[in-house]
Amino acid sequence: MPLVYAPKEILETIRMITVQNLDVRTVTLGINLRECCDSDIDRMKEKIYLKITSEAEGLVQTANRIQSKYGVPIINKRIAVTPVSLLLSPALTRNLEESKARAVEVAKCLDRAARKVNVNFIGGYSAIVYKDMSCADRVLIESIPQVLAGTETLCSSIMAASTKAGLNMDAVNLVARAIKETASRTSDGIGCCRLVVFANAPEDNPFMAGAFFGIGEGDNALNVGLSGPGVIKAVLEENRNQSLNELAEEIKKMGFKITRAGQLIGKELAKDLGVRFGIIDLSLAPTMIAGDSVAEIVESIGVESFGAPGSTAALAMLIDAVKKGGIMAAENVGGLSGVFISVSEDAGALRALERGSLSLEKLEAMSSVCSVGLDMVAIPGDTPVESIAGIIADELMIGVMNNKTTAVRIIPVPNRKAGEYVEFGGLLGSSRVMPVSRFVPRKLVQRGGRIPAPMRSLNN
Amino acid sequence: MEKELVVVTAMGLDRTGIVASISSILAENRVNIEDISQTILGKYFAMIMLVDITNSKVSLEKLQQHLVKRGEEMGLEVKVQHENVFKAMHRV
Repeated sequence: MPLVYAPKEILETIRMITVQNLDVRTVTLGINLRECCDSDIDRMKEKIYLKITSEAEGLVQTANRIQSKYGVPIINKRIAVTPVSLLLSPALTRNLEESKARAVEVAKCLDRAARKVNVNFIGGYSAIVYKDMSCADRVLIESIPQVLAGTETLCSSIMAASTKAGLNMDAVNLVARAIKETASRTSDGIGCCRLVVFANAPEDNPFMAGAFFGIGEGDNALNVGLSGPGVIKAVLEENRNQSLNELAEEIKKMGFKITRAGQLIGKELAKDLGVRFGIIDLSLAPTMIAGDSVAEIVESIGVESFGAPGSTAALAMLIDAVKKGGIMAAENVGGLSGVFISVSEDAGALRALERGSLSLEKLEAMSSVCSVGLDMVAIPGDTPVESIAGIIADELMIGVMNNKTTAVRIIPVPNRKAGEYVEFGGLLGSSRVMPVSRFVPRKLVQRGGRIPAPMRSLNN
Repeated sequence: MEKELVVVTAMGLDRTGIVASISSILAENRVNIEDISQTILGKYFAMIMLVDITNSKVSLEKLQQHLVKRGEEMGLEVKVQHENVFKAMHRV
């Protein structure tokens, strides 16, 4: 009997894992915390802690066992919870400072629970404010600087715009202030790495900092995030003379294979944990490991330096092909499913910045068709809060008008000017501070209010 | 009963005794070799075995540890992976 698998197939899988960094980037357990709501803040904290530590108790250990069974690394194990602003209302008082203090207590409880079960991030210090803000939403947003300065693992996300509701400029202004204050409270502004503001945020996104367990979800679910720039780069290097449509075919095949591995692992992990298997997020996400760069794959396809003309077209083709291959391999696709140009986490993007081919404006352009937004972008510490609000509003309106997700995770690095180097460390990488236009949209953002939801036809 | 199959690959510089050494650990643990294939990639040697662990005396983790350790002693990179990952990636 011949081998059921050709040696070529077996060696290809092994090469993908060992040389091309094929991995499952994250398995994220969503936990519904709505039942933990309580007017007594201590009781609420106790319920939250118990719920998370019991439901996620086996997450890391089980993931490690499955990783070794299949030989495919599972890099991050994480938790996403119900947006915290939805839990806060009953525990708040008429006094804003007292209410903020209670919100911070809940945040610290989530952080403690996450560390107890050994996950590296927990997401869901979030508010859904695309139309208007409740008292609890406002308290949560205003508490963000203190929360990010006082926790290690907690991530915060604010949904400030959607295609159905438009953009809430008052919320954007509040978040811009929170970003600025968070930067001043944490070393090199690093707290801002755990804060993201969204348009059209998916409720099942497994990736941080934007993961939360949405209100349309059930009691729990396991969502899986795939990445794999290294594998795609290898395809490009093996097919140097193919036309673009031939290349797209090759990438589709690879997209299928990597998604099938993710589907196998996610499904088994969900079964072993006794939770529902949610979605697979088909994204291209960089890491600082050599070869694992989104910028480099764009250059491999034939763009001279990332951000130069051709980058948007190349990136759009790549992620579209990954998704076309992946969609057949997965039972349910969801989450962000886009390209992350996480500037500080991508060695190729750093080189592009140093060569001068990548700008904030080009990042914005790419987000209109394929990328998820401005991610891990360091800007000068003296950028006015109104400019930050303007950058956020621009990026989110791209999502609103194009009916897609866009997001901003931006770090105004204190005491740094454009061009200076900043090191965030570990997974968060390092970057050059990107220049921001010196013209400030003061009057626009100060008008406040809401940009109404857009037309969905006559759309040119 | 359906067999539980695992793929064992050993890669490294070609030398005598690789197959014997890996096989002896499998035999000691009552792991049956279903099939075996060898490929030479330049000066490198790759041995691929499909083995049945249904009656194994030890868990998959323990078997992995034994084989990887033996591989290290012989200068080989040994991987032990459940067959489902190959089925998922290479069969529709």
